[in-house]
Amino acid sequence: MSTASYYVPPQSRWPILASIALFLLAFGAGNLMNALSAGASTGTGWLLLLLGLGMLLAILFGWFRNVVHESMSGMYSEQMDRSFRWGMSWFIFSEVMFFAAFFGTLFYVRNLAVPWLGGEGEKGVSNMLWEGFQAQWPLMTTPDMERFPGPEQIISPWHLPLLNTVLLISSSFTVTIAHKALKLGNRSNIVLWLAVTVLLGASFLVFQAYEYYEAYHHLGLTLHAGIYGATFFILTGFHGMHVTLGTLMLIIIWLRVLKGHFSAEQHFGFEAVAWYWHFVDVVWVGLFLFVYIL
Amino acid sequence: MESTLGQNLGDTHHAHGPASGIGRWLFTTNHKDIGSLYLWFSLLMFLTGGTMALLIRAELFQPGLQLVQPEFFNQMTTMHGLIMVFGAVMPAFVGLANWMVPMMIGAPDMALPRMNNWSFWILPFAFAMMISTLFMDGGAPNFGWTFYAPLSTTYAPPSVTFFIFAIHMMGISSIMGAINVIATILNLRAPGMTMMKLPLFVWSWLITAFLLIAVMPVLAGVVTMMLMDIHFGTSFFNAAGGGDPVLFQHVFWFFGHPEVYIMILPAFGIISEIIPTFARKRLFGYASMVYAIGSIAILSFLVWAHHMFTVGLPLAGELFFMFATMLIAVPTGVKVFNWVATMFRGSMTFETPMLFALAFVVLFTIGGFSGLMLAIAPADFQYHDTYFVVAHFHYVLVPGAIFSIMAAAYYWLPKWTGHMINERMGKIHFWLSFVGVNITFFPMHFVGLAGMPRRIPDYALQFADFNSVASVGAFIFGLSQLLFVYNVIVCIRGGARATDRVWEGAHGLEWTLPSPAPYHSFSQPPVVK
Amino acid sequence: MIKRIWLLPWIGLLVSLPAAAAWQVNLSPGSTEIARDIRELHMIIFWICVAIGVVVFGVMFWSIIHHRKSRGAEAHHFHENTFVEILWTLIPFGILIAMAVPATATLIRMYDSTEADLDVQITGYQWKWRYQYLGHDIDYFSVLSTPREQINNEAEKGEHYLLEVDNPLVLPAGKKVRFLLTSNDVIHSWWVPDFAVKKDAIPGFVNEAWVIPEEPGIYRGQCTELCGKDHGFMPVVVEVKPQEEFDQWLADARSAAEAQAAAAEQDWSLEQLMERGEQVYNSACAACHLPNGQGVPGAFPALAGSPIATGDIGPHIDIVLHGKAGTAMQAFGAQLDAVDLAAVITYERNAWGNDTGDSVSPQQIAELNQ
Repeated sequence: MSTASYYVPPQSRWPILASIALFLLAFGAGNLMNALSAGASTGTGWLLLLLGLGMLLAILFGWFRNVVHESMSGMYSEQMDRSFRWGMSWFIFSEVMFFAAFFGTLFYVRNLAVPWLGGEGEKGVSNMLWEGFQAQWPLMTTPDMERFPGPEQIISPWHLPLLNTVLLISSSFTVTIAHKALKLGNRSNIVLWLAVTVLLGASFLVFQAYEYYEAYHHLGLTLHAGIYGATFFILTGFHGMHVTLGTLMLIIIWLRVLKGHFSAEQHFGFEAVAWYWHFVDVVWVGLFLFVYIL
Repeated sequence: MESTLGQNLGDTHHAHGPASGIGRWLFTTNHKDIGSLYLWFSLLMFLTGGTMALLIRAELFQPGLQLVQPEFFNQMTTMHGLIMVFGAVMPAFVGLANWMVPMMIGAPDMALPRMNNWSFWILPFAFAMMISTLFMDGGAPNFGWTFYAPLSTTYAPPSVTFFIFAIHMMGISSIMGAINVIATILNLRAPGMTMMKLPLFVWSWLITAFLLIAVMPVLAGVVTMMLMDIHFGTSFFNAAGGGDPVLFQHVFWFFGHPEVYIMILPAFGIISEIIPTFARKRLFGYASMVYAIGSIAILSFLVWAHHMFTVGLPLAGELFFMFATMLIAVPTGVKVFNWVATMFRGSMTFETPMLFALAFVVLFTIGGFSGLMLAIAPADFQYHDTYFVVAHFHYVLVPGAIFSIMAAAYYWLPKWTGHMINERMGKIHFWLSFVGVNITFFPMHFVGLAGMPRRIPDYALQFADFNSVASVGAFIFGLSQLLFVYNVIVCIRGGARATDRVWEGAHGLEWTLPSPAPYHSFSQPPVVK
Repeated sequence: MIKRIWLLPWIGLLVSLPAAAAWQVNLSPGSTEIARDIRELHMIIFWICVAIGVVVFGVMFWSIIHHRKSRGAEAHHFHENTFVEILWTLIPFGILIAMAVPATATLIRMYDSTEADLDVQITGYQWKWRYQYLGHDIDYFSVLSTPREQINNEAEKGEHYLLEVDNPLVLPAGKKVRFLLTSNDVIHSWWVPDFAVKKDAIPGFVNEAWVIPEEPGIYRGQCTELCGKDHGFMPVVVEVKPQEEFDQWLADARSAAEAQAAAAEQDWSLEQLMERGEQVYNSACAACHLPNGQGVPGAFPALAGSPIATGDIGPHIDIVLHGKAGTAMQAFGAQLDAVDLAAVITYERNAWGNDTGDSVSPQQIAELNQ
């Protein structure tokens, strides 16, 4: 609990620039979506969006470079390290709650809303508005097939999703092996096992993209396909975005290892990415269970 | 410019003083600068949201449509709510946390100072985007601050997209701010400052920060589903595709109810600092206060559907949420009893912060009483979405949250500026606010019980008299807040010199620092015995 | 002492009260058994709150008066007392349990909508109510009847300003009526304070509520869920009649519906259609598109000079009959009869300088609106 020398960074331009970038990104995205829905020209939207995104990436690069330099020049005490750990843990907790909202949605529609619409349970009287509709899950026939044509087929969990599960779970192991190697100071093993982790992550993403392609082009499973498609894509989609981010973070860590960063004692950057990767993995297990199998 | 604090006191102070010019505020990593930014921003938003409230009250002064059309009226109620919740109350508490938490626990600054600056600077941009919707085609969001689907999806104006992204930005800001508070409290306490020695304001913020991190992502989730429904053809909130509009309310209130406590727990903390100071007596039942805040926080995750008693929940759900909600009265009662027991047999004086704190205890409790009434599900069928609810939540938010913020400002301003506040002007501000707030919101109980729904621009004749009374009160309250602005500016510019302790009965680390507090709070950690 | 000054304006106010119902300060006494029970619950919990308030604020003000420094009070240093703390945790807990028992009993009865004598489906629309008597072939809309001039302060406001409709819901006294509530667009909420019935109308779902009205008379309420622009202008009016009068009303309503159907077979001139169209327009369309057809830019399109109202008649009929998905434009084919549809379309094509000279007959509409 000592505050003997806690590093307080000097003034920094990054935060305000990052706020501007975030604003451009958000304003551009809003513009773009409204233009798409109204069938208007999307030029301004794209321009602002990409400008904001580019700026944000450049800022994050610069900001993290600052942090890395500070860390490398030994300005961070153990206490500072703990602040980072608390920060990362609570950030991951916030991500857990983000996914919790979508899992909650899935459970609610499966167990309450769809059965009610189909005439079951306490609000089953609702079925009078949707004559002929029957509750089922996966929801292949929606209450209003004209507006939301249900999927023709859904994805079998025992092909690509199973493979993806194996890939992600093994990647959790490989990143742990790399971490062990780091603690033992075996640099070539870190490089190797991190590279394997990145490859596993990347192949997951490729298969996921292929699965989406199949869903859209052959199975009729789309965002428009009623609540099954909506929950399927929002859960797997946000998970996929997190895997993408995690993979990028792993690549950066890998490059840093190549440059000789991290010591056996001090390597919080590495650990943070590993935590994040495990988190993404756990979410996938939830997805595999509740979205694909059950 | 790089230096490590505590190596060499003289040097660091020299190198690490405030920068000059606008750059000081734009690039700062100092918790006091960032705290001030939050507080000024909150004041600006408070006045903006207040102006909208006055417009609403002016329209409601008499039956019939006089000043605005219904569509603009709905935009005003929506923006008033959003601005007050996300722009005025929350940033004010974050500002107070930034200023006070490091000083109260003996830390040099917040744990993650650069991120701290980012948390703040996102807000002005988010609000610029949200307020700009007023000038867009189709107008600003007009679906109430609770934005129930499908009014906020299929039937919303196009500006809803920008509203959604503004909410996302505010969420990012809040989460980062909360992470910073937690890391600071858990990691930067001075030696000897154990958890059960933490000042209650710090405890209340620790729990508030936890609530923020738990529920802001849920808000992000629900607005994301709205965005998908609006632009990407999903059917989360549309029965035609198997979704449910009520699902929106469940997810929203899972965020929304803890959000209510996010806006009141820090107020509990502030009041628990102020009453002991002016009663010259230690807080009664410190441990039970901590447990009470904790229980309220946990219960807040189990009561969300009491906002939805009329949506047709199954009976079992209705009963569960009624019982859980009634339970909240127990820890809340404990807090009020403890405050009263602290005053009992104390040696009280009534400076401006204490007046606001006492008004808080009485008026917040009245808001708590109407909350208890609303918890009774069968009775709620008569209260729900009437002015009775409006009266209830304004009693807990205005003389509750806002009064606690005013109290905190008057209490700590001498420490921030080095000057005592002008007591006379402070008291005038208090009495005008106190009278104004009651004239505004008390009659709302009556019109609500008599049957006036909320969010209507025009009303039946039997509600007319109380509505004009409320409007008069609103203008008294609203205009008297200009006095607050005046008082703050006067205190910054000069006044009697404040001592280090400032108030005779004050205890705690922040009062051991000089007034005004040095730019870096505790370069050397103090030892707490 | 000083603290009580805030009471003064209130006392002043109370004294100056004109003895009028306009200062109603409490829930309506209720005109059904459930409503009276709820009112009783309300009063019990209210008095509990008052009692707690008197004790807590009493101690507080007593301390404020007696334990002030200016009176030379010295602070006594005690800051914990486990017994007292447990006591003031347990006592409120006990009070709450005592309160929960009757509340639960009432709630369970409110949820029992079985064995109803009459089923009425209530559908919320932006901004009107539709009442369908299931099994009786009666189906009509209920729209605010307060004239615009009163709202715009151009005429004196009537006694039931904003609480009056063209066609109230008519119910028989003494019978259990079950309401099946739903909505056509956004969420509405149907509330009659005297019945203590308030239930949300959720699009795509059906909620149940019930009432046994006791006394014949007229009962008024409002929509209580924000439902867009005219949320404040969609009242609920219920007329309770004795059984015989209700039966008579049922028979009359049925023959009126038949007469309406017959009107669709007649020939209608352009002038007749225009005259009727203006009425229909003002009750069904003017809320959004405004009486002058100018609409609200960005939210509701103008009809005056619009491509739809002045172009080819086909798309115009189509949008009126079927609405436009994803917008507030409703499908009026299901709401209005053929005569009203023909009239309003004809009116829109010839009013406000649109002057297309087109007219469409009820027969044509009936054919298209199968």
